[in-house]
Amino acid sequence: MKYQVDEKGYYGEFGGAWIPEMMFTNVDELKRRYLEIIESDSFKKEFDQLLKDYVGRPSPLYYASRLSEHYGSRIYLKREDLNHTGSHKLNNTIGQILLAQQLGKTRIIAETGAGQHGVATATVCALKGIKCIVYMGALDVSRQAPNVKKMKMLGAEVIPVHSGNKTLKDATNEAMRDWINNPEDTHYIIGSVVGPHPYPDMVARFQSVISAEMKKQLLEQTGSEFPTRILACVGGGSNAAGAFYHFLDDEQVELIGVEAAGKGVDTNETAATLTVGTPGVLHSSRTVLMQNEDGQITEPYSISAGLDYPGIGPLHAHLFKTGRAKFLAATDEEVLQAVLLLTQKEGIIPALESAHALAALDKIKMNPDDVNVINLSGSGNKDMETYLDYFGY
Amino acid sequence: MNNRINQLFERKKENILSVYFTAGFPNLNDTVEIIQQLEKNGVDLIEIGMPFSDPTADGPTIQRTSEIALKNGMSIKVLFEQLKTIRESVSIPLVLMGYLNPVYQYGVEKFCQKCNEIGIDGTILPDLPLDEFEANYKTIFEQNNLHNILLITPQTSEARIRQIDDASEGFIYMVSSSSTTGAGKKVEDFHADYFERIQAMNLKNPRLIGFGISDNATFTNACKYASGAIIGSAFVSSFSEEVKTADSVAQFVKNMLTAD
Ligand SMILES: Cc1ncc(COP(=O)(O)O)c(C=O)c1O
Repeated sequence: MKYQVDEKGYYGEFGGAWIPEMMFTNVDELKRRYLEIIESDSFKKEFDQLLKDYVGRPSPLYYASRLSEHYGSRIYLKREDLNHTGSHKLNNTIGQILLAQQLGKTRIIAETGAGQHGVATATVCALKGIKCIVYMGALDVSRQAPNVKKMKMLGAEVIPVHSGNKTLKDATNEAMRDWINNPEDTHYIIGSVVGPHPYPDMVARFQSVISAEMKKQLLEQTGSEFPTRILACVGGGSNAAGAFYHFLDDEQVELIGVEAAGKGVDTNETAATLTVGTPGVLHSSRTVLMQNEDGQITEPYSISAGLDYPGIGPLHAHLFKTGRAKFLAATDEEVLQAVLLLTQKEGIIPALESAHALAALDKIKMNPDDVNVINLSGSGNKDMETYLDYFGY
Repeated sequence: MNNRINQLFERKKENILSVYFTAGFPNLNDTVEIIQQLEKNGVDLIEIGMPFSDPTADGPTIQRTSEIALKNGMSIKVLFEQLKTIRESVSIPLVLMGYLNPVYQYGVEKFCQKCNEIGIDGTILPDLPLDEFEANYKTIFEQNNLHNILLITPQTSEARIRQIDDASEGFIYMVSSSSTTGAGKKVEDFHADYFERIQAMNLKNPRLIGFGISDNATFTNACKYASGAIIGSAFVSSFSEEVKTADSVAQFVKNMLTAD
């Protein structure tokens, strides 16, 4: 229980609900009711059913033999890319849409970076017949075009955000403003383990199915529930939170989060928050942020829209501070090489985000008997344009 | 207690005009002149905005002024430097308004001490919620004779309003509608029942109504339900390149205070 949120919404010194009074009623209602709702039998039944029949869970744990041979160590891929809509994001949106229904909300808003969370939100809104508005930075609208079209086809309204760097942070600002302006009928489906308490805990719980399944699958395939280490990419940190969740107290399992170094952590073009950041308050959470000495948030950069965020979930800030998890960073260049390696060794084209975890395999020491689990958070379908451009096919 | 906010509300019970502007906008060094002109033209209280890169409770107008102010080079350090001798020329209450993170980086204790030194009377920090304020910062604020002004909205429950009233000093900032600043909902459109409901609660603190006050009509209407009102977005929108800052401020305040 050392790494669970406390009743005030903190992971150690990080977290909390630093919300303006305009958001108080909604966030307070969520805080008071989320556990009772998501732990009820009727909720669990519908959630589990949808994960199975709609999302297609459990997602396979795949032993990647040629990649293992390449690295001289056993590598397993947790195939979140095979979920409906192509990433782990749907685990969370299924949970939150059911919760929103319980709360009597009739309008859903979301922010999105890569568009995966936007698509996952638009999908569950179509499934439930609920109005959906997705805020997306104008830069991301252009670099993730196929997902924008998908959201529209699913019936969502996509609103391009032109403030700031026109990426995920700015989309999040705008979604929060929408919620302030529409406090009665609207639920805000945050896409990662960020934002005010109870979001980080709630989203981590919805994503924790990943590590619950991993334990079972590892036991079947390796004879032990416990791998040597788990690697996951970290933007806000939801896929990593889900992959780490049921192993947090199993201290023999090494946990490694991989952030986006962009063009390098020693350049101005990076999104490696834990490497270059300092504590502060953004998006209603006290966490580690990329900021200047005046406390103004600095603009992150990564080739991967889903990791292009100047903060990190408070759980991860805490895991970093306590040393429970280790955090590395991979550059755009390293990531693209990792994409190609997985594609040609295993016939799996990963998302840019997920390839950050793969790229970290070059940065750690592995023994032949180690069991390394990579959380393959999403599929590369959305990134084909970038890949074709870069690799010149 | 000799906080200028309390003195103002003791002296004046109605039609209090409070004006917000973003420090560093339109030009980096306009701050002192804007404050002096606002006082000279009859404004009762001034909220000096400390710009932040991610103002999530603000609408497009204050987002834009904040962005320009930051580009102009505004920061808390620069602002304190500009305000160093403000009490030699200005006697109305001054409140600093902004988001927590820049204050947090400056150092909350150092910030409060500096406010006290300069003669700042209060703060409005929308993303510093009541429970965190009381748990972490209340004592520091009190030691520096600084009132942290709290907000209520149409969604705030009666129980929470009572709690906020108990914790408040100076006045309560009553947000007129569920919105970000300057969202374009007009005070005429608001349900008077929210204003009347709050009026009937007989709170111990006076109230100022803010958000969506843009002209004499909306100001006058808001003043029926509270001790006064706060104008922000409309004021910062009134600056233009052609008109000198002093003339622009004078004209704006005159328009606010006279019915047409
Ligand atoms: C495939 C994929 N992985 C990871 C992420 C990053 O999010 P998180 O850090 O919350 O898992 C995204 C975000 O868009 C994504 O699409």
